[in-house]
Amino acid sequence: MEIDFAHKQSAHCENGVVSNLMRHNGFEVSEPMVFGIGSGLLFSYLPFIKVDHAPVFTYRVLPGLIFNRFAKRVGIKVKREKFKNTKVAKERLDENLRNNNPVGLQVGVYNLIYFPDEYRFHFNAHNMVVYGKKEGNYLISDPVMENVTTLTEKQLEKVRFAKGAFAPKGHIYYPISFPEKLDMEKAIVKGIKQTCRDMTAPVPLVGVKAMKWVASNIRKWPKKLGAKRTNHYLGQIVRMQEEIGTGGGGFRYIYAAFLQEAGKLLNNKELLELSKQMTEIGDQWRDFALDASRIYKNRSAENDGYNLIANQLDAIAKREELFFKTLKKAV
Amino acid sequence: MKKNEVPQDESKLEKANIKDMVYAVDENGDYVTELSTGWNPKTIALDNAIKQIEERITAAKERVLNNESSPLEYYMEVNKMDLPILASYVGIWKWRVKRHFKPSVFKKLNQKTLEKYADVFDISIEDLQQFKA
Repeated sequence: MEIDFAHKQSAHCENGVVSNLMRHNGFEVSEPMVFGIGSGLLFSYLPFIKVDHAPVFTYRVLPGLIFNRFAKRVGIKVKREKFKNTKVAKERLDENLRNNNPVGLQVGVYNLIYFPDEYRFHFNAHNMVVYGKKEGNYLISDPVMENVTTLTEKQLEKVRFAKGAFAPKGHIYYPISFPEKLDMEKAIVKGIKQTCRDMTAPVPLVGVKAMKWVASNIRKWPKKLGAKRTNHYLGQIVRMQEEIGTGGGGFRYIYAAFLQEAGKLLNNKELLELSKQMTEIGDQWRDFALDASRIYKNRSAENDGYNLIANQLDAIAKREELFFKTLKKAV
Repeated sequence: MKKNEVPQDESKLEKANIKDMVYAVDENGDYVTELSTGWNPKTIALDNAIKQIEERITAAKERVLNNESSPLEYYMEVNKMDLPILASYVGIWKWRVKRHFKPSVFKKLNQKTLEKYADVFDISIEDLQQFKA
């Protein structure tokens, strides 16, 4: 069986799955809209949790939150199921496909055969849509791919039951009820307010405070940890910021696209202006990544290099602080 | 970032026929999406991470050959895992997995436990026991 499902590539997997599932159900909502309403943008630093032998840096909220917030704010209901038993998980998926219902899946990346080896890490918060089954193969719409693809039953089971942090446990999800009309205006304002609140929160783990904390740590790392580990940490920052799915500049460009679309929809000129500023902030993040990569490429011993990128990060933090305070008042 | 400034550098994505989608501004100032083949700073970061893994694999191999560690540690590194990930795949507590890294303890492991590890690493029990990497 094959469900008539339109695959559209997106920058980020979770936005993409939501946007594609919404379109399938007759609602055209762009990727930036999903991201903005779901308050996807963030910065967070969790030095006590290590992934790949480096602390966690993230430019977005926890997996699953974007869809949950988006659903709540526009008034749709989402059904989510997790499984202990692989057989039951497969049966439930097949049942949905028989009922002509494409479903979103959370999967691990490590065993996704269509990704290049270098990109296969134990990252368990990837998202895709399964929209059918043909000759024992599942039809896969992976939003970060240009085209649709297929996986065998065994291959899909492996990624659905990947282990480690955020283990998907066969997680499937799909929208089950919709309002007659999506209340976009209210949802946009709510989404923006929350992002402003999160980014300016008075705690060191999130938002601009977390950026400043990272900046001050970058100054200390070379002495404390040595150049090698410092560079590994910097590499981790750059990867989290620019890797597949960020849309560039640590999700800042997607957010700028959201502000532009929201500004037009709400007829709010200030949002259009703020979209331009967010683009510039995204450019600053790109410069930061470029300069950071230069340091560990050249292995330049000069400690000054580390101080310079720490300065850059401080400047971005300062700018984002002002930005989100202004944005809060604009809606 | 402007649409015509979206970097099109060489990367490892090309061989898998994947292009990265980024958001950029067109000549009218409107946001559009554009595909990118890669960007050098992130390629450098990824290469750096892969090199680290390779170094860890080499170090683990030496420890196994010097009888300082069991092959489990080597295969854990080969599979890009760390202790918590390996423990959750085999369903054995972390401290026990760590104990299994001791060559003397590893030698006494029963077939059932060895099979669990071999399954996760996708190799045979013999390959796991007769270490030749």
